Amino acid sequence: MAQPLVKKDDDHDDEAEYSPFLGIEKGAVLQEARVFNDPQLDPRRCSQVITKLLYLLNQGDSFTKTEATEVFFSVTKLFQSKDFGLRRMVYLIIKELSPSADEVIIVTSSLMKDMNSKTDMYRANAIRVLCRITDGTLLTQIERYLKQAIVDKNPVVASAALVSGIHLLQTNPVIVKRWSNEVQEAVQSRAALVQFHALALLQQIRQNDRLAVSKLVTSLTRGTVRSPLAQCLLIRYATQVIRESANTQTGDRPFYDFLESCLRHKAEMVIFEAARAITELSGVTNRELTPAITVLQLFLSSSKPVLRFAAVRTLNKNAGESDFGDGVVGTFVLCPSESARVLFTRGVCEILNCSIFIDVDYLKRFIIILFGNFHIIYADHDLNILQVAMTHPMAVTNCNIDMESLISDQNRSIATLAITTLLKTGNESSVDRLMKQITNFMSDIADEFKIVVVEAIRSLCLKFPLKYRSLMNFLSNILREEGGFEYKKAIVDSIVILIRDIPEAKESGLLHLCEFIEDCEFTYLSTQILHFLGIEGPKTTDPSKYIRYIYNRVHLENATVRAAAVSTLAKFGAMVDALKPRIFVLLRRCIFDSDDEVRDRTTLYLSTLGGDGEVVETDRDTKTFLFGDLDIPLVNLETSLTNYEPSEEPFDIDSVPKEVKSQPLAEKKAPGKKPTGLGAPPAGPPSTADAYERLLSSIPEFSDFGKLFKSSAPVELTEAETEYAVNVVKHIFDRHVVFQYNCTNTIPEQLLENVSVIVDSSEADNFAEVASKPLRSLPYDTPGQNFVAFEKPEGITAVGKFSNTLRFIVKEVDPTTGEAEDDGVEDEYQLEDLEVVAADYMMKVGVSNFRNAWESMGDDFEHVDEYGLGPRENLAEAVIAVINLLGMQPCEGTEVVATNSRSHTCLLSGVFLGNVRVLVRLQFGIHGSRDVAMKLAVRSEDEAVRDTIHEIVSSG
Amino acid sequence: MDSCPVVKNILLLDSEGKRVAVKYYSDDWPTNNAKLAFEKSLFAKTMKSNARTEAEITMFDSNIVIYKFVQDLHFYVTGGEDENELILAAVLQGFFDSVTLLLRSNVDKREALENLDLIFLCLDEIVERGMILETDANVIAGKVAVNSMDPTAPLSEQTIGQALATAREHLTRTLFQ
Repeated sequence: MAQPLVKKDDDHDDEAEYSPFLGIEKGAVLQEARVFNDPQLDPRRCSQVITKLLYLLNQGDSFTKTEATEVFFSVTKLFQSKDFGLRRMVYLIIKELSPSADEVIIVTSSLMKDMNSKTDMYRANAIRVLCRITDGTLLTQIERYLKQAIVDKNPVVASAALVSGIHLLQTNPVIVKRWSNEVQEAVQSRAALVQFHALALLQQIRQNDRLAVSKLVTSLTRGTVRSPLAQCLLIRYATQVIRESANTQTGDRPFYDFLESCLRHKAEMVIFEAARAITELSGVTNRELTPAITVLQLFLSSSKPVLRFAAVRTLNKNAGESDFGDGVVGTFVLCPSESARVLFTRGVCEILNCSIFIDVDYLKRFIIILFGNFHIIYADHDLNILQVAMTHPMAVTNCNIDMESLISDQNRSIATLAITTLLKTGNESSVDRLMKQITNFMSDIADEFKIVVVEAIRSLCLKFPLKYRSLMNFLSNILREEGGFEYKKAIVDSIVILIRDIPEAKESGLLHLCEFIEDCEFTYLSTQILHFLGIEGPKTTDPSKYIRYIYNRVHLENATVRAAAVSTLAKFGAMVDALKPRIFVLLRRCIFDSDDEVRDRTTLYLSTLGGDGEVVETDRDTKTFLFGDLDIPLVNLETSLTNYEPSEEPFDIDSVPKEVKSQPLAEKKAPGKKPTGLGAPPAGPPSTADAYERLLSSIPEFSDFGKLFKSSAPVELTEAETEYAVNVVKHIFDRHVVFQYNCTNTIPEQLLENVSVIVDSSEADNFAEVASKPLRSLPYDTPGQNFVAFEKPEGITAVGKFSNTLRFIVKEVDPTTGEAEDDGVEDEYQLEDLEVVAADYMMKVGVSNFRNAWESMGDDFEHVDEYGLGPRENLAEAVIAVINLLGMQPCEGTEVVATNSRSHTCLLSGVFLGNVRVLVRLQFGIHGSRDVAMKLAVRSEDEAVRDTIHEIVSSG
Repeated sequence: MDSCPVVKNILLLDSEGKRVAVKYYSDDWPTNNAKLAFEKSLFAKTMKSNARTEAEITMFDSNIVIYKFVQDLHFYVTGGEDENELILAAVLQGFFDSVTLLLRSNVDKREALENLDLIFLCLDEIVERGMILETDANVIAGKVAVNSMDPTAPLSEQTIGQALATAREHLTRTLFQ
């Protein structure tokens, strides 16, 4: 049976390298193209020439403007021929030549004729070509035909028009949006792909109208969807609706049943799409997850590599990139009066199938049984709400046996993903075995996968600190091997994190880094490591052993690294007094360096560190001057310096805003974790202090309020998916508070005018309204701002509750013309209440070295007192509650409480109204009866501020 | 466009990684040099793998690439890293099968170059600027194969059926070889 094939192969060898395009040349082909101008057209010959032209373009040859124009004009002559095959090639070459606007006119009439031809193939192709090359003006002329084509009974024609519509929507949204009736009709088409294209277009037309998308999804999930592609789209839209409704959710998740039913679809792509969607749901429960994992587990043993890859990749993602953020198990509402009882709204109650009060201990045991481990990721001020997160190692662990067999998969991508998944889900006992297997195959895989492995090892090491020795060894081994910058950086970052988080690993880790810089080709990494050595090295038991490595840099490296090495040496000298004389000897040698920067640094250190290199203690001022932190985010400093205009007045470093955009916990814990395209939440509004400051200072009414102290994050005052979306930002000044209401009108048929917010401050004693700035008009989907300003006594942290009402005049808008009617109706819209709390007067500003800052303040400025916090479930809750109450920045990771610990110290830092630096040390202890006691020590140079902090705590 | 499946490129390369026919639909590779560099490193990365019976898959520069080889031809379809792998696999299968049909199962470089017009038309019928138009090989080949004779005549079911049978036979032969 195999005979003929072999014979054919032989034939091949004889005339190998034969190609119809051998020796083809652009000039010659352009000459040949003259046949297009012949009065008697030879369709076959013309087709061949077009193929040659396309071949040239495809190989990367390009035509000059004149050549392209010439070819284009002669091609237009070919419309005279009735030959179908030739016409198809003409369509192709026109698309490739992408003619300019003035050239398009030449073919417009021919193409429009084809669009109305009786032959469906002509019509479909003409539509695609015309829509590709057309501009907006022509579009209005052909709009009528396109609308007809969308509902054409021939599926090819309908699809051509719909797909063209999807592309035109980017450039001419207004026109395409007018087709929604026809597109709606096409969604019901019996032709599978027409339905797919229509669904894609319809969703894009309506993507800003959440309600409409939700309705569309609801109706289609009940109806029939014919093509697997359309079904995949529907799954994506359904997850989008689920995601957007997540905030207001109570009870069952909408469309989960639909997703679950798709797991039984006959097409694999649909099954996979649904399984992936389920695993990416935020706060997915184990019960929701299990059917999806089961399906993926089946894929793992498929004979098709694509299926195995898809499944293992999804499981890998799901195995948890971080311990936080992923998978909110549920939101629990604790009743403060009966803190031993819990009502939980979602999550566990679905598994238990109940919604009742349950004993906390019972709940906790239950969660541990179900999920292994969990973390509290969010708790509000009064601990009324507690959000618990965990990853789903249990669910994924079920697949471990199937996964193990993939370690030896022929496809390296699959093998790597399998092994990293196992690393993430594995337990302590399997670590050594896995490490052995990885070592065997590290040399075979590409850098990008090596980085994945390194990251997996890092999280593994943090999970099982006892295993640090073998993992650190592995990291140092691969650090010595060949690799690119990104890979090496990932390894160095991992070692740095391990040193920081696992004290036992510090000494060996630092030595590995020292060895690495002995032979490191990346300047960036060398300087980073030297800097890190300067911080960590002096704190070790034997700092002197690092000196040799550092001083070697001064001899062997480029100027940048040399300068960094000098700084590091000086740091050792300043921090370790015993080493000082010897360091001075080394530093003096650097004075003769060939580079300015190196010499400058050396001279600076030698003169400021003082003494003649004797064993004396370096005074604190010098240390702060040389190595202290500016306590200012570098980005802000950069902006301020760029804005500074040289003048008599010197640059004032205090004028640099200290507000740092606080990062959510999840982001800090998972560096490099990218939100996945589909699962990514919409990005929040940019809320930089600078932008707000500029905005407010541009409003005359507020110009005399002084300097803006702090702007809060936006607080939503409306539910999602309501007619008008409003959120508010609280701007705090010394004697004023300004509320900035960001309003969005989500109804296309309405124009709002004279929009104002009526604020009732009867529950906020110390506030008096002084100004308000209404919004003249608020058209559809264009956000606008309203401002209301209040005066408050200076220096007092006035708190209170405000109720808000939106008042405006509604005018109907004709959707086709976009014009509003003259008469409007006055209307009101109730918004949610807004509170100003003590934390609003506090800016979260961290310090890099809390102890230094704390000691430099001295105990003269301290105010200590003790408080009983009453019974609490555990220390973590109490710590989070106090942090949120004060609104300060936790330092050095002290917001995390070890499980089951009986006492905890938490360090906080912040800047209080009036730019007063505040440091807080909280010491918690929990008694047998779960009563939590707290010792609060506040240090600040302003006595009033110290007292205020205590007042906040005692009244909170 | 984010929630719609998008194809970034379709490539048909020969056994040395040279272009037979390629089509790019995204701006990720703005210049011809960038495209050539992509093709070169992709080819180097995949050439050793055995993608002859089942389509293979890899991650490459934050893209997913699915590929399949036959004789001296290498078929590739690229999509974004968050794309559903199986949708891309369906596009590749559609391309591969329709080329097999159009070349009457003689799928090799020489045959492909001699019928390059059919390959170009085939690419044109599968994806339009990144949007998937059709993945069913019979339909694609049907649209391409309607030739100069008479555009209005319906496509003869039998011809396609026959072609498919030959293709199947060819495949079995390769398998048993």
